[in-house]
Amino acid sequence: MLFSARALAKTYRMGESEVHALRGVDLDVAEGEFIVLLGPSGSGKSTLLNILGGLDTATAGTLHFEDKDLSRADETALTRYRREYVGFVFQFYNLIPSLTARENVELVTDIAAEPMPAAQALQWVGLGERLDHFPSQLSGGEQQRVAIARAIAKRPQVLLCDEPTGALDYETGKLVLEVIAKTNAELGTTAMVITHNAAIAGMADRVLKLGDGRIVGEARPERKLTPAEISW
Amino acid sequence: MKPSSLNRKLLRDLWSLKTQVLSIALVIACGIGAFVGSFSTHSSLLHAREHYYDSARFAHVFASAKRAPASLAARIRAVPGVAEVETRVVRDAQLSIPGVTPPMIARLIGIDLAHPPGMNRLTLRSGRWPAPGARGEAAVNQRFLEARRLALGGRVNVLLNGKLERLTLVGTVLTPEYIYATRGGGMPDDEWFAVLWVEAAPLAAAFNMEGAFNSALLRLSKNSSVEKAVEALDAILEPYGGFGAVEREDQMSHKILSQEINQQRVWGTVLPAIFLAVAAFILNVVLHRQVNAQRGEIAALKALGYEDRAIAWHYLKFASVIALLGVGLGLALGWWLGRAMTGLYTDFFHFPRFEFVLPAGVLAAGSAVALAAAFGGALAAIRGVLRLRAAEALRPPAPAEFRPLLVERLGYARLFTPAQRMILRNLERKPVRAAVTVAGIAGSVAILLAGTFWTDAVEYFMDVQFNKVMRSDVNVGFAEPLPHSVRNDLGRLPGVSQVEVTRAIPVRLRAGHRSYRTALVALADDALLQRILDAELREAKPAPGSVLLTTRLAERLGVAPGDEVMAELLEGKRVKSWLRVGGTVRELAGMNAWMRLEDLNRFAREGAVVSGAGLLVDRAQEGALLERLKQMPAAAVVIVNRTLVDTFRETSAKNVLFFTAILSAFAATIAVGVVYNSARIQLAERAWELASLRVLGFTRGEVSVLLLGELALEIAAAIPLGFAAGYGLAALLLALMPHEMIEFPLIISRPTYLYAGAVVVAAGVVSALIVRNRIDNLDMVGVLKTRE
Repeated sequence: MLFSARALAKTYRMGESEVHALRGVDLDVAEGEFIVLLGPSGSGKSTLLNILGGLDTATAGTLHFEDKDLSRADETALTRYRREYVGFVFQFYNLIPSLTARENVELVTDIAAEPMPAAQALQWVGLGERLDHFPSQLSGGEQQRVAIARAIAKRPQVLLCDEPTGALDYETGKLVLEVIAKTNAELGTTAMVITHNAAIAGMADRVLKLGDGRIVGEARPERKLTPAEISW
Repeated sequence: MKPSSLNRKLLRDLWSLKTQVLSIALVIACGIGAFVGSFSTHSSLLHAREHYYDSARFAHVFASAKRAPASLAARIRAVPGVAEVETRVVRDAQLSIPGVTPPMIARLIGIDLAHPPGMNRLTLRSGRWPAPGARGEAAVNQRFLEARRLALGGRVNVLLNGKLERLTLVGTVLTPEYIYATRGGGMPDDEWFAVLWVEAAPLAAAFNMEGAFNSALLRLSKNSSVEKAVEALDAILEPYGGFGAVEREDQMSHKILSQEINQQRVWGTVLPAIFLAVAAFILNVVLHRQVNAQRGEIAALKALGYEDRAIAWHYLKFASVIALLGVGLGLALGWWLGRAMTGLYTDFFHFPRFEFVLPAGVLAAGSAVALAAAFGGALAAIRGVLRLRAAEALRPPAPAEFRPLLVERLGYARLFTPAQRMILRNLERKPVRAAVTVAGIAGSVAILLAGTFWTDAVEYFMDVQFNKVMRSDVNVGFAEPLPHSVRNDLGRLPGVSQVEVTRAIPVRLRAGHRSYRTALVALADDALLQRILDAELREAKPAPGSVLLTTRLAERLGVAPGDEVMAELLEGKRVKSWLRVGGTVRELAGMNAWMRLEDLNRFAREGAVVSGAGLLVDRAQEGALLERLKQMPAAAVVIVNRTLVDTFRETSAKNVLFFTAILSAFAATIAVGVVYNSARIQLAERAWELASLRVLGFTRGEVSVLLLGELALEIAAAIPLGFAAGYGLAALLLALMPHEMIEFPLIISRPTYLYAGAVVVAAGVVSALIVRNRIDNLDMVGVLKTRE
């Protein structure tokens, strides 16, 4: 198993009140799986993804990544974990505005162990022609694809995407999904995608439904659709 | 009463930015502190001086002669414009105290104990006046007693016209004439120079001055011409060996005191100007950032119907609170600083009443200037807000646009890592802000340099004066001119390895309507123990048949080489004749007029006579030599040069330490204010970007480098700039604080540069550590959910 979580719980203090973002999640993720996380706002999807990605730690329960115990890792260990194994894709791309597309990718390849060349990563996401453009010179879809190139260039074992199409229009959104699917299929990278868009679930090996901090449903589509086959 | 919603927002905004608010307020406080401190010291000195001059009826004109009959007083009184005249006997004599080997000088002033002086009135500080008719009693200037740690009732020996007399010190006295007591060198001299007041009659008898005087004090009626009075006085006294009268402006104690008062004014203007400019800059940048960060809120306020004026006032209040906090702290600092500086001056200047004065005008001016600087900074930032339309303000600002660096466009793109490119492109994108930051830091470096270089200048000056110009160990001044052969006699004294004779004749030099009293001095042609050196240490010699003037003296007389000056010798045959100015020399000290020995002797119409000598002495036998010199009536003045240096070092060390500490604290405050605020603003603007990098697996250290690297570059750029600016500021200060007798060289040593750089780097490191703590706590989760 790539991930195995047991009784994972997360509690925040919000002023006077306590918020239970996760209330005991058990989850196993196999290598190469494509998982879509569905659920309403506040269901705990992002909290789960952030804990899996080493951005946050659980208040209770255990989490293992391969043989590493992430639930006991300190800040330094988590930083190393993110650096070596995890690729992130966010709703707002989070590119560095002062760096070009190529340099944004190089930012990661400079600190990764065996990265692919930045130009190759951008080629992979279909941006081979726009290497030296700054974020302000790229469209939203292009910026998101740079973010994906940045995420995969270090050859991560897992790609975590939080609403990757949330800020994009239909056509560009599909283009981005195609890149994620291609990465999962051809590079074998485990992908976990959070979305509000139920149509995207068709692309997954497994769909997890979250509600009130728990996994409330799990489905395995009979046939995995390609992005071209889905519409919303 | 409940504060309005906007005011509550104001308080919360201020609270959330409290460290920044405090750091800006501290920069303002330094400005106000320097302003109030310097001007209150200025006012205190001025007030003490004026009050003292008035109450003690300080004289307007001072004249001295060799021996004038008492009856002459009536003639002087008849000079138009002269309101009052007092005559007295004043003589310098060797002074000795058991246990102190180097000779000291006593200035003996005769007073009529039955009729206390009506001018330069004396204030008895302790003990009593000498009893009329009781021989051997004297009152002494208070500081000598203190500096020598003597008690009332203590005894001193003075050599009165070759006869040793024991005097009992019965009282301590202050006089406006010696607020700053010096033998004449312009250095504080309390340990080696005593002023003693003794009964007039016995003093006159000891020096064969019965029925005569050698010193006259004049007070003039209002609106009368000082020049004319001086001229008339000179004419009256000339037949009696008049040494030329001087007006108050040229009286030594007054002159030094006035120079010091002027310095306080300069400090009080230059320093605060820099501080307040820096504070205005920082305030501007902080408010700009604040306004930009609150675009949404401003839009909402506008949409809710708040007027532009109300919103602008809201932000002006923000600036005002910071300014007022700074003013408050600054007034407290200035009050403390003023008191401390006033306290330091009590070591040099001796007033009967020296109170700390803090005029309301200084307070008001300081507050007004600080508020104006804060408002100026704030208004520039606020103008942008008022231009925004509500709908426009609601939209997020356009994304930042970047472009490749100039060096990259030139084809050197691969020189930098992405991280370095981020740093450089950020700098290039906001050049004005980077420039302001650099200027602010450079300003603090400059203040440090300009404040601490004095030690170097003074050390250099002392080295030149006492190791290069005057290399003798002991200088002897003779009571009367002696034949050249005295050189051989001196050479036979214990420990003396080398003797060089000099001739000095008091002179009044005139050129047109300008005149100056100094001495014509001649050195031996082959002189090695005393030389004439210019600021670049090149040796100069007077040309045959002409006089060589210190540049300052030539400027004061308004003459250039080739011109002629009228020289009126104030001694001997009192020759009056024209002298050609053969050249000028930029000496660091003195207002000298140099001639060749044979020229001077010929000019004075006297044979081969000399009036003083410089001796090179074996230190081990110095004591024996000084004892012998004390026994020689001809050796009227004996100065051990080492004691001059020691006294100077002792008194200046305390002041230098105080000012260096104060200025270092000030400069560090500016540096922290600039660096910290700059870092906080950048952090606020780039938190999103930096948090994103943390998500990507960048360590805290790597992210810190990105932010702090920019600051490090700015500090690195600012330090050399600050060195240049500090050099300029030091030159400006030297120009604004002219000293008649001394030209302090603009010398800044390497350790001083290092110190200034180190203080600023340390301030940068402290700021970086505070900001680093915030970088460590960047919100990685939050950043993913919000757009910048």
